[in-house]
Amino acid sequence: MTDASLNPAAPKSLLTADARTRNRRAAEMRFRMIGLSAVLLGLVALVFLMVSILGNGVGAFRQTFVEIPVMLDPAALDKSGNRDVEQMKKVTTVGYGKLIEKALGAELVARNIDTQGLTSKDIMGLMSKEAPADLRNQVLANPDLLGQTITFNGFATSRVDGFFKGRVTMDSALRDSNISPEQLTVAQAMADAGLIEVKFNLSFLTAPDASELRPEAAGLGVAILGSAYMMLIVLALSLPIGVASSIYLEELAPKNKWTDMIEVNIANLAAVPAIVYGILALALFINFAGLPQSAPIVGGLVLTLMTLPTIIIATRAALKAVPPSIRDAALGVGASRMQAIFHHVLPLAMPGILTGTILGLARALGESAPLLLIGMVAFVKDYPAAPPEGLMQPATALPVQVYQWTQRSDPAFVERASGAIIVLLVFLLIMNAVAIILRRRFERRW
Amino acid sequence: MNDMRIVERTVSTDTAKMTARRAQVYYGDNHALKDVDVDILDKTVTAFIGPSGCGKSTFLRCLNRMNDTVASARVMGEIKLDGEDIYDKRVDPVVLRAKIGMVFQKPNPFPKSIYENVAYGPRIHGLARGKAELDAIVETSLKKAALWNEVKDRLDAPGTGLSGGQQQRLCIARAIATSPEVLLMDEPCSALDPIATAQVEELIDELRSQFSVVIVTHSMQQAARVSQRTAFFHLGHLVEYGETGQIFTNPKDPRTESYITGRIG
Repeated sequence: MTDASLNPAAPKSLLTADARTRNRRAAEMRFRMIGLSAVLLGLVALVFLMVSILGNGVGAFRQTFVEIPVMLDPAALDKSGNRDVEQMKKVTTVGYGKLIEKALGAELVARNIDTQGLTSKDIMGLMSKEAPADLRNQVLANPDLLGQTITFNGFATSRVDGFFKGRVTMDSALRDSNISPEQLTVAQAMADAGLIEVKFNLSFLTAPDASELRPEAAGLGVAILGSAYMMLIVLALSLPIGVASSIYLEELAPKNKWTDMIEVNIANLAAVPAIVYGILALALFINFAGLPQSAPIVGGLVLTLMTLPTIIIATRAALKAVPPSIRDAALGVGASRMQAIFHHVLPLAMPGILTGTILGLARALGESAPLLLIGMVAFVKDYPAAPPEGLMQPATALPVQVYQWTQRSDPAFVERASGAIIVLLVFLLIMNAVAIILRRRFERRW
Repeated sequence: MNDMRIVERTVSTDTAKMTARRAQVYYGDNHALKDVDVDILDKTVTAFIGPSGCGKSTFLRCLNRMNDTVASARVMGEIKLDGEDIYDKRVDPVVLRAKIGMVFQKPNPFPKSIYENVAYGPRIHGLARGKAELDAIVETSLKKAALWNEVKDRLDAPGTGLSGGQQQRLCIARAIATSPEVLLMDEPCSALDPIATAQVEELIDELRSQFSVVIVTHSMQQAARVSQRTAFFHLGHLVEYGETGQIFTNPKDPRTESYITGRIG
């Protein structure tokens, strides 16, 4: 060793690593390990998130239903006897509730199910408060059902639903004022007799929101519709405006301090917190322009403002990536500036533009903060009409619905919030997939 | 019109197609081209030679106003096509570029089919009435560019899928499809192999019968092979301009002699 240090020019074998090489290799290995562990950590977090959301949320797509035959007594439901819907509306849900209560009691007796000394009101407590309203809607929609015995499929209450999904146990029922262990025993017996069943629940996707007391009836219908309306507005406004301004800034505008300033401002706008856009929309669209609160038009406009910088930045990057030789070629054969842009540059930039747009839309779809400020957090029970009137009517949006449901005390809403997140994620995945497909489709090599 | 051109052709090849007088180009504060006087003759191949950065490409791009696309570029002096100032306010550069075609250093076909590449120019200038006429223009242009036999069976194939030499000939076909009067070529062979270069050079010689061709080249052998007139640029000045034979065998300026013998550049 001393020899080697005295004589640095001593020939070294390529087969043995010296200290320097070993250090370098160790450093490389450390860096690889750090990178790998960062990726693994991210993957673990993602898996954890997916497992927790799916574990909590999948239940929202399945719901516990009570299936009993109900005799629709014309004497009770249509006192005038002439099947006039206006007259029939005078019978409230209370009347229908009594009917269900009677049918439920009769069915338990018929099936020899021990009622554990519970009153018929307690038995009725197994059903959702939404059930009578559901039955009433069915009858009003089809008055001919009167006098028939129909098989009624009503929601069970969220506690019973929780019992069959494992959220509610006999122990927790002891401490719960909404349900008793005896009721659960009856519910179990009904399930064994085939009267109670856990089934796929389409109304989670189609029904409007429901009140705090009936989580089993709450659905995403209005939120999905509201989000869809807003996405339509965002797409219709931000794509043309964003692409047009990018083309102007990138291809036509003179390079001076004004355009520099605009450029810096656009980059900054992309980083402005979303809630600030909400304040802007509140001041501008609602207070100044007088547009209605909670309406998809206002939500769509604010999300457009928020998406524009993203689209402009993506579009400009896509335009920049088109080789200048293509512009030269077009100008060289005597194309005008506009012809060069629209015939050659824009088609080549299309994949990038579409990807940027869809990613911007996806971000807008998942945004809740600005919507809270313009009143889209309201409880909306009525579906908005078809566009264009529907754009001015109250609606909610998917992320806001998630926010709202997590605020509510009943644990059944946790399940529904997770279910809503799953729906949101599915929409986002679809949009990203569309972005990838479009990019592949339009991609051209040169 | 046609008659006049026939008469011109028969009378002489000494008619100046384009003339430049005291042409200056500034890029910002940089004076890139100084006092250039050149007469480009009709039906002649004129070569611009000189070391890199000498202004020859800059001058070429002045001739069809491609420098307009460079924001910082300013062109002064007088450049005329058939006696008309091309920098006059009334001149639309788009119309000018249809008359003065250009072929670039790197083959740059549009990422479209071979047919669309050639048909694009005639289409935007409304040169063809109907599909049949357009087909005819595409065919003649490809034939003139000596590419027809290689691509006639795959006109729908993408132009970018051709080999480098074929791509460059496609670009030439595209440039001549609009029937220009002058064809500018900016180092058209620098990205090509020797075989493709030979094909393009042969093509340039044939094109001479229809247009005047201006070619910028780094290769002095190429200038000697294809051109009748040669201009030597150095540091933004036009040093010498004359018959190609005279420039290469008997240069008047010592700088030209140094360059062609390899001492500068």
